[in-house]
Amino acid sequence: MFRLSSVSKSFGNASVLAGVDLSIEPGTTVGLIGPSGCGKSTLLRLMNGLLEPDSGAVEFDGTPMLGDALTPARRRIGYVVQEGGLFAHLTAEKNVTLLGRRLGWSATRATQRARELADLVRLDHALLVRYPHELSGGQRQRVALMRALANDPEALLLDEPLGALDPMVRAELQDELRELFERLRKTVVLVTHDLAEAAFLARRIVLLHDGSIAQDGTPDELVREPASDFVQRFVSAQRKLHGIEGAAS
Amino acid sequence: MRWCVLLVLVLALTASAQDRFTVGSKSFTESVLLGEILAERARREGLNVRHTASLRGTRLVFEAVKSGAIDAYPEYTGTLLREVFADQGLSSEVELRAALAEIGLAMSAPIGFNNTYAIGVMPATAEEFGLSTISDMRRAPNLRLGFTNEFIERNDGWRALKGAYGLPHEDVRGIDHDLGYRALGSGAIDAKEVYTTDAKIEDMGLVVLEDDLAHFPRYDAVWVYRADLPERLPAAIAAIEALTGILDERGMSSLNAQVDIDGRTEAEVALNYFETGGAAEGTLTFGERTRQAIADIPRTTAQHALLVGASMLLAIVLAIPMGVLAARSSRFEQVVLGGSGILQTIPSLALLALLVSVLAITGAVPTIVALFVYSLLPIVRTTHSGLTQIPQSVRDSARSLGLPRGRMLLDVELPLALPSIFAGIKTAVVINVGTATLGAFIAAGGYGEPILAGIRRGDTMLILSGLIPAALMAIVLTLLLDLLERVITPSGAHSNSS
Repeated sequence: MFRLSSVSKSFGNASVLAGVDLSIEPGTTVGLIGPSGCGKSTLLRLMNGLLEPDSGAVEFDGTPMLGDALTPARRRIGYVVQEGGLFAHLTAEKNVTLLGRRLGWSATRATQRARELADLVRLDHALLVRYPHELSGGQRQRVALMRALANDPEALLLDEPLGALDPMVRAELQDELRELFERLRKTVVLVTHDLAEAAFLARRIVLLHDGSIAQDGTPDELVREPASDFVQRFVSAQRKLHGIEGAAS
Repeated sequence: MRWCVLLVLVLALTASAQDRFTVGSKSFTESVLLGEILAERARREGLNVRHTASLRGTRLVFEAVKSGAIDAYPEYTGTLLREVFADQGLSSEVELRAALAEIGLAMSAPIGFNNTYAIGVMPATAEEFGLSTISDMRRAPNLRLGFTNEFIERNDGWRALKGAYGLPHEDVRGIDHDLGYRALGSGAIDAKEVYTTDAKIEDMGLVVLEDDLAHFPRYDAVWVYRADLPERLPAAIAAIEALTGILDERGMSSLNAQVDIDGRTEAEVALNYFETGGAAEGTLTFGERTRQAIADIPRTTAQHALLVGASMLLAIVLAIPMGVLAARSSRFEQVVLGGSGILQTIPSLALLALLVSVLAITGAVPTIVALFVYSLLPIVRTTHSGLTQIPQSVRDSARSLGLPRGRMLLDVELPLALPSIFAGIKTAVVINVGTATLGAFIAAGGYGEPILAGIRRGDTMLILSGLIPAALMAIVLTLLLDLLERVITPSGAHSNSS
């Protein structure tokens, strides 16, 4: 579904990604993790063409993410950012159905779709008429997820979707996301700095370090067979933080 | 591109004025009055006449007649010789006529009076320092002098006078001619230059100091007009010729008094001049003046609204796209923000004068262009900042949706920037309503007209009849924009900035 070949990206003099190769199969869920500044968000932004690589190529479903191919590809890829990135001037429903309405949905169809999605992410229908600032953090992330799913995309890119939420809401949403991913069977790439969250939601973990892939494997492999000293330190730091024995179990 | 649009607009407006006789005048009572008299006389010849009154200063009015923005205006021979053609060293009337002909202009026979410069002081000052001639001023070096900026700068003005008489005075300040009389009366200044036909001389009992060294030349009033006038509008020449040799100093001074002292309008006095031969029936009461001033407000309001409305509309239509471009491309950002910032620094009167000579017309169009220029910057800036302040996460979310071309701007970015854009429009409107009063200097009408006339005639009521509606207009427009903003911006957009 996604194929990145020798992708490099710098901002000014700072190299963020250096020669990354990554291939993501349709229907899989991948957790992209690593310490802050390792390039994981940049990698995600390259995958839906918000950024262009300095060198190397990014392909979605066999087509390079370039020029005229961008708009149709983006409609097949849902994207959710940390703070939700909701449009403050539109109600929850209008946020969710903006693209659909621009593509010719009737008002009835838009409302119907918004309700379906609300059911899917367990959002009270009464909240659909509210503006983003009238919603709680967790409700906003649910709306952002609805917006990403509105046009039934084949892939979902999630950039720290739960990063700004308090622990209770976060745990609740983690449960719901896992259930949702299993039910929808979409290709999902999830950026997080939390190994436990990644392990809980994804079968495959890609750990980035200083712009390169440090290890690519199952959560279990990361814990039991760390590919480098860094991976071992990263894993053990996370385990200490959570006070649990095996993040993967 | 936009200059092309403006140019077409301007050409259309000037083309329609071909068969119209446009009279001009400078911004003091006598000139406006003479302009009204010529306009009225020409109307009686059956001409379509327009009086572009109160143009600011000799240079502007001369540029206007040279470029064809006006067809004729009253001028003084001394001003032509010593100021307009000062660098050519002309000495005779024949040479003056030749110099005018060279630039497509002509000059009539004298109107009949010599309105030369003189120095006027209050009787008490004359007594205290023993002043009766300009030479006497040498003995009173501490006199505080107040002259019009034109008198200070012109070649036959203060510098020449100071040199000719060897005057020691350093304390010289620039003040408007009519305000200068008030300053003289209140003791803020001790002496000012006067025109010898000013009605205020008699009214205030001023002592006019004798020009004992005969420094000032003759300032015979004449009509300056475009040389193509006899061919284009023969009736206009008939009117001009009928108005030569008609008024002596006393006659002119009494007409001036009807405006400056009695509080009548120049148009009314001009009409009176033809109807009753110049006889006036006493001073208008305060009530009569007030009623007159108030009755004029609907007309000036309509003119002012046109100036503000047209210039704001142009500015909004152009500034928002410019702000969008500036937010999109960093190269354009510097050009647009820098360029509109520089335009903003041009003094408004200078810009008006420049536009009059470039566009070759006076009145509403150059004023609208100037107001448009001043309204650009606030709107461009706030559009730019409103767009660039949209959070990265929101912009990324919008881009990642894959909206059809152009919809991201219309559906997401502009609505989110709207509160900021509105703030810019409101700032521009307030500046615009105030600046539009300056349009009266180039005959654009509006609230500046009663304000200028009020200053000229020392009539506070008249000044207020322009000032108060202008303030109200600014307030009402701001409130209307607030309302409009509330209607078209959904409540959510405001929280974006919080």
